[in-house]
Amino acid sequence: MPSLFDKIWDAHVVRDLGDGWALLHIDRHLLHDLSGPPALQAVADRGLALANSDLVFATPDHAVSSAPGRTGMTFPTGGRLWSALRDLTASMGVRLFDLGQSGQGIVHVMAPELGIVQPGVTLICGDSHTCTNGAIGALAFGVGTTESSHALATSTLRMQKPRQMRIVIDGPMGQGVTAKDVILHVIGHLGASAGVEHAIEYAGSTIEALEIEARLTLCNLSVELGARSGVIAPDEKTAAYLEGRRFSPKGAQFDAAVEYWRTLRSDADAVFDREERFDATQISPTVTWGTSPEHAISIEGRTPDLSAVQDAVERQALQTALDYMGLAAGTPIAGARIDRVFIGSCANSRLSDLRAAAALAKGRKVASSVTAWVVPGSQSVKQDAEAEGLDRIFLDAGFEWREPGCSMCVAANGERAAPGERVVSTSNRNFVGRQGPGARTHLASPAMAVAAAVTGELFDVRKL
Amino acid sequence: MQPFTVLTGPAAPMMLPNVDTDVIIRIERLTAGDREALRRHAFEALRYRPDGSDEPGFVFNQPPFRGAPILLAGPNFGCGSSREGAVWALQGMGVRCVIADGFGDIFYSNCFQNGVLPIRLPEPEVVKLAALAKDAAPMTVDLKAQTVTLSGAVVAFDIDPLRKEGLLQGLDDVGLSLLQMDAVRDWQARDRVARPWVWAPVQRAPAADPIRS
Ligand code: SF4
Repeated sequence: MPSLFDKIWDAHVVRDLGDGWALLHIDRHLLHDLSGPPALQAVADRGLALANSDLVFATPDHAVSSAPGRTGMTFPTGGRLWSALRDLTASMGVRLFDLGQSGQGIVHVMAPELGIVQPGVTLICGDSHTCTNGAIGALAFGVGTTESSHALATSTLRMQKPRQMRIVIDGPMGQGVTAKDVILHVIGHLGASAGVEHAIEYAGSTIEALEIEARLTLCNLSVELGARSGVIAPDEKTAAYLEGRRFSPKGAQFDAAVEYWRTLRSDADAVFDREERFDATQISPTVTWGTSPEHAISIEGRTPDLSAVQDAVERQALQTALDYMGLAAGTPIAGARIDRVFIGSCANSRLSDLRAAAALAKGRKVASSVTAWVVPGSQSVKQDAEAEGLDRIFLDAGFEWREPGCSMCVAANGERAAPGERVVSTSNRNFVGRQGPGARTHLASPAMAVAAAVTGELFDVRKL
Repeated sequence: MQPFTVLTGPAAPMMLPNVDTDVIIRIERLTAGDREALRRHAFEALRYRPDGSDEPGFVFNQPPFRGAPILLAGPNFGCGSSREGAVWALQGMGVRCVIADGFGDIFYSNCFQNGVLPIRLPEPEVVKLAALAKDAAPMTVDLKAQTVTLSGAVVAFDIDPLRKEGLLQGLDDVGLSLLQMDAVRDWQARDRVARPWVWAPVQRAPAADPIRS
């Protein structure tokens, strides 16, 4: 009867607080340069120590520069946060994976890569895309600063059990379609608030067929549905992915863990508060046209036809989004001229993403009007990509090859688009000003980003 | 934390859907680390014109709504990033209560950590209140009674009892949870036996394993 979510939740209840509230044990806690220092400082200010510093892992990603040859001070404003993270992790006994060290990277790229996350654990970070780690079969969710400091001081959180929603996706994905297209399609159909107050489980043959890195991409955008977490049941691929990673269990413990992980799936009669089904064969390469991830349409689609929208408030909101994006209503999205391409972020900066992008970039050239960046998600992704010669392919095609971090996903590090510039980005948020004031973001897969880079416009990768 | 009991003042209607925390406060303003300055930067993309002057269409720039303590918002307010600075920025502007048909989950939790009351009401109710609030008549939010009163209209709202108690008393979760540390340690001792694979791989020998690996 219990769902996967129930099984993980129930196993972590330290104390039932009534009314659906529980004091929930937190097994893994990630810190980054933006939310880590204030959370650690709040604990120190109370004169407290960390309850279990072994369970806490830190890395700088948000406010550091991604420029080749960067140091922590290349972006000076972020340098203050970077040195605060270094000082506080050192004085409070937290492992830090610092710039230039193996393990550094975007927090949601490095955690799976190092085996910090494993099926059945609870994992938090002061970052909403912590839901990414649900792809490994963990209950992973973002928290605010106060919640983060609560967990640092007690290894627990006070949580109210959310409702549950299952999204079932079946069928093979078509040519040019990736996990990113699938999740954008789902958000476009269900809306940016469909998952509010819910924990999501993804299931179905499409999900089972996805490799782990693609599952990480899919779960990454759970929060763009409004959900705090999105989980996928662990399977043999999950175990194979984790085996031999730095913080994965070893030897007999690994075998025992795998046995336990096999129990982590929703029972056949598990009940969900909401269930949605999708047919993957109906999904095309997908991009966003507007300022919410729910503004997702097929690359063959058109911006909304406002005359068909009855509700005045909704029509006004769509008009505002179109105006911001500099697009007319009811026009084809393909063909819009672009200025920048950003391949990176915790959604799409893993080795498989860079391989897919490089395969298309090889022998082609970035359009002369376009500035295109590739920002690997972690130090290890960068090294692996360079060992395969992907950096050469990108550089030869006219892309910049940069250092690991959040970079232009968030523009907290001095890296941003100019007002009015149109960006095709493999990140997860196309909010107003997300990539810089006035910047216009179109979310897409790495393959679609390369197609845009080389043609200079939003372009259907299947026609390249 | 400042307790929340009864709040009276103008309610500013801003009915855009899906207002995300990037719009409430840009991340660059948080990297600067000046919490006091957040007040000036709240909603900056909507609030100022490109030349830095006030955007007259933005509701908090209209004289009756300057410093309004209540915000009537569109659905899914505070979606997106987990940044608690979004709540601090709203507080900096003087907002202590937000009423909307749904909130971003993390934003919703963050409000309670800072003495801000987020009230969930169905969209038609919020639209009705927004219409009544247009002339800046004072609204009263009574947390204990769980009512919103405006120009004779009384609207009841639901709130989780534990959250309500925390706000009414200005209670701090950390202090409460620290009292439970014996139970936490017991749970951990049992879990180390039941799931050693969760604990052993990350455990450090105090001297052997450098903090910075
Ligand atoms: S890459 Fe973007 S979405 Fe991911 S953690 Fe960094 S800022 Fe957040």
